Amino acid sequence: MPAVGKKQLHLAAQLPGIHNVTVWSDPRSESQIAIDSFVRLAQTAERGRFDFFFLAEGLRLREHKGRIYELDVAGRPENLTVLSALAAVTTHLGLAATVNATFNEPYEVARRLATLDHLSGGRAAWNVVTSFDAFTGENFRRGGFLTEADRYTRAAEFLATARALWDSWADDDVRADARAGEFLRPGAGEFAHRGRHFDVSGRFATPRGPQGHPVVIQAGESDAGREFAASDADVIFSKYNRLGEARAFYRDVKGRLARYGRAPDELRIIPTATAVVADTDEEAAAYADEITRAQVSPQTAIAHLEAVWGRDLSAYDPDGPLPDVDPEPDAQVLKGHSVFRKGREETARRWRGLAEERGLTIRELVIEVGGGQTFVGSPRTVADAIDRFVQTDGADGFVFVPHLTPGGLDDLVDRVVPLLQEKGVFREEYAGTTLRDHLGLRRPDLTRRHSRPSTTEAS
Amino acid sequence: MTRDTGTGIGTDTDTGTGSPLHLAVALDGAGWHPAAWRAAGARPGDLFTPGYWADLVAEAERGLVDFVTLEDALGLQSAAFHRTDDRTDQVRGGLDAVLLAARIAPLTTRIGLVPTTNVTHTEPFHLAIGIATLDHASRGRAGWRPQISARAADATHFGRRTTPRLTDDDVRDPELIAARLRPLFAEAADVVEVARRLWDSWQDDAEIRDAATGRFIDRDKLHPIHFEGPHFSVRGPSITPRPPQGQPLVASLAHASVPYEFAARASDVVFVTPHDRAGTRAVLAQVDEAVARSGRDVRARPLKRFGDLLVFLDAEPGSAARRKARLDALAGAELASDAEVFTGTPGDLADLLLDWRSAGLDGFRLRPGTLPHDLVAITRGLVPELHRRRAFRTAYEAMTLRGHLGLPRPGSRYAPVRS
Ligand SMILES: Cc1cc2nc3c(=O)[nH]c(=O)nc-3n(C[C@H](O)[C@H](O)[C@H](O)COP(=O)(O)O)c2cc1C
Repeated sequence: MPAVGKKQLHLAAQLPGIHNVTVWSDPRSESQIAIDSFVRLAQTAERGRFDFFFLAEGLRLREHKGRIYELDVAGRPENLTVLSALAAVTTHLGLAATVNATFNEPYEVARRLATLDHLSGGRAAWNVVTSFDAFTGENFRRGGFLTEADRYTRAAEFLATARALWDSWADDDVRADARAGEFLRPGAGEFAHRGRHFDVSGRFATPRGPQGHPVVIQAGESDAGREFAASDADVIFSKYNRLGEARAFYRDVKGRLARYGRAPDELRIIPTATAVVADTDEEAAAYADEITRAQVSPQTAIAHLEAVWGRDLSAYDPDGPLPDVDPEPDAQVLKGHSVFRKGREETARRWRGLAEERGLTIRELVIEVGGGQTFVGSPRTVADAIDRFVQTDGADGFVFVPHLTPGGLDDLVDRVVPLLQEKGVFREEYAGTTLRDHLGLRRPDLTRRHSRPSTTEAS
Repeated sequence: MTRDTGTGIGTDTDTGTGSPLHLAVALDGAGWHPAAWRAAGARPGDLFTPGYWADLVAEAERGLVDFVTLEDALGLQSAAFHRTDDRTDQVRGGLDAVLLAARIAPLTTRIGLVPTTNVTHTEPFHLAIGIATLDHASRGRAGWRPQISARAADATHFGRRTTPRLTDDDVRDPELIAARLRPLFAEAADVVEVARRLWDSWQDDAEIRDAATGRFIDRDKLHPIHFEGPHFSVRGPSITPRPPQGQPLVASLAHASVPYEFAARASDVVFVTPHDRAGTRAVLAQVDEAVARSGRDVRARPLKRFGDLLVFLDAEPGSAARRKARLDALAGAELASDAEVFTGTPGDLADLLLDWRSAGLDGFRLRPGTLPHDLVAITRGLVPELHRRRAFRTAYEAMTLRGHLGLPRPGSRYAPVRS
């Protein structure tokens, strides 16, 4: 039973696609591509009554020093297609996918998301990300065509256009009245949108889905990204999973909502986290150490340093001190990755200071700044820490990224979730069937009746 | 006569000519008749629910058919090929066919799943990884029917290019339309080429998980594709590892010389629309010429030829024709179709299929006039009839769609040739 006066948690799981979180060298680690892996993780998340299962997106293999980066798990399926398959083997779990607003067009994305919402009975979510990256753009018709400043103006207009498309069908526009011979209402699907980035009109080919609009997620951390989340998103992801910085982020983002006439609980803030659970705190600490060292191999440590230094450091010993050479801030060695994009000189200065102060080797430093594992301990310790984090407004919940595919959620679901349920901060059963139900979000009304469209103008 | 139970397929048959017949079923809305949604047994209120489609595909799988195709388009359906309309008395609206196929994949085990996608307004990279993913999710049962967008109205949904505005005169003659759309077919062939290169861009053994060197993949087994065309360029490699079939099956529908050329260049299966046995021979001769012109070596890369038929089937003679006539009356016009419209009994249809096959077809894609009625008549009427004639499999023998069709798994073009 929900505890009186306590915030209810929102839990999600992510199978990382291209990432050094997954410990691929562990003998229990299986395919990151086979459908069985996705089914197992999704069904585990659903057994744990999680809100949703999330798949990120990356549209070009990363490169490092001009060659394909080999050290991490690489290779991922197209996420909406996988989530559609998972809709067949789950019944309540939300299904969330990143779909880029830069290398896509609204008509197609709106149609695919409305389809997933129909195929899952109202469980679809869309993480709207942006890219200015000409490197990724080399795989697409338009190439890299956006300036960094323009990414969010296109994303906001993209989302507004998608919403106009979803709203072009009223909920009851499909009549299917065989006797009267009326399959649909006249004018269903008509839309027109004219703006700076899109000038589109016609008829949208997919009726409004069970949720009206799929749940909208945002994951950028820049000021423009936060503003976009505050005005337009239902959920925001972040990387802030240490309590201090997380609370600052939480305060900042929730504080932006009022400007858009929104209440604080209309946006859920859900950072990414990892959990290492064992019988005792000591065992968990040792296991966490082992995982972290597997995630940051000697080769990975050098590669991370090279990404910040912008130069070849392969001659340096990962178990030795930091290089005595200075970074080359203008040389980008790691491509296709959003971290280490900006402020590399400043990062290098900070890292060098930290290493000197603490006497860290290269590998130890990379492990230190990488953050290690978020929650480590016995089931009781982890449950208490998660609860405290949320109750003190560090977050509304977490997206857990397991370090093993496909068994990496088992401990969390089987050993930690029951304790959170006991505390009355997490559901024992799903109260509804749609993702909006799980997140406590209302179903959007039609912003515009379908009759004849008055052209929507975007500024 | 003894049954050849070892292979599940009769070898010498009463009426067949040896090679087994292949059967596909084309699923679209409530069936291919525009008034099908008003027929007895139709489920028009369920067209946007996954259960409706799962039931249909499960039925097709019970009938052991090679694959189902799922129609799709970017715009609303219309009665005219080249223009949209405002009709409210026919089925309008649909779901994305690739996602629909993926939704069905875990609920089936053997049947091939062949969604249609538009290739004129979409991104080749996204299409290629979507189909590769369907192949992963179905464990090697994915196909793809790339389709150009012939309707100018679809272009306004994207607002980034225009396409030819076809006139009523154009659409009276398939050769005229095809000539007008030639540039779009050329671009479509580029899209398929990009997809095949992306599928090949990961060698099968690119994932190495070599703890000693810390490498998860071997970059020497991953290849940029460097595609440069007039409409787009794609660098590659794919983000999605090579799919189980190596290359999923590519199918296309063709009515005229330009689309025959497209099939010759791009397809593994071509659907043609002859109206009798002599016409079948004539069409196949045109396909063969297109193949010869393209320089394709069909021993290395076979092209399977399927005849398309729109079918109404009932056990009782005359019943199917009466059923169709009632639907024509409801629709207010006689059914018009690019494919031959067949009404009759399963026995009559079996006769026709075996007769036309002798002109050189590998199989047929049957478009049920109404769903589920005519699908069930195929699986429970026609298929047993073909079994009696020992002309169709009695069990699936392969796990993959290429396997059902006897097509080889292509190797990656980028893999070094082993001596
Ligand atoms: C949890 C999480 C998930 C993300 N998933 C993706 C993703 O799938 N694809 C992507 O391109 N970027 C992803 N990002 C990156 C952000 O969307 C965004 O591109 C990045 O933070 C830079 O945006 P900004 O300039 O607004 O900070 C993710 C970020 C977070 C925190």
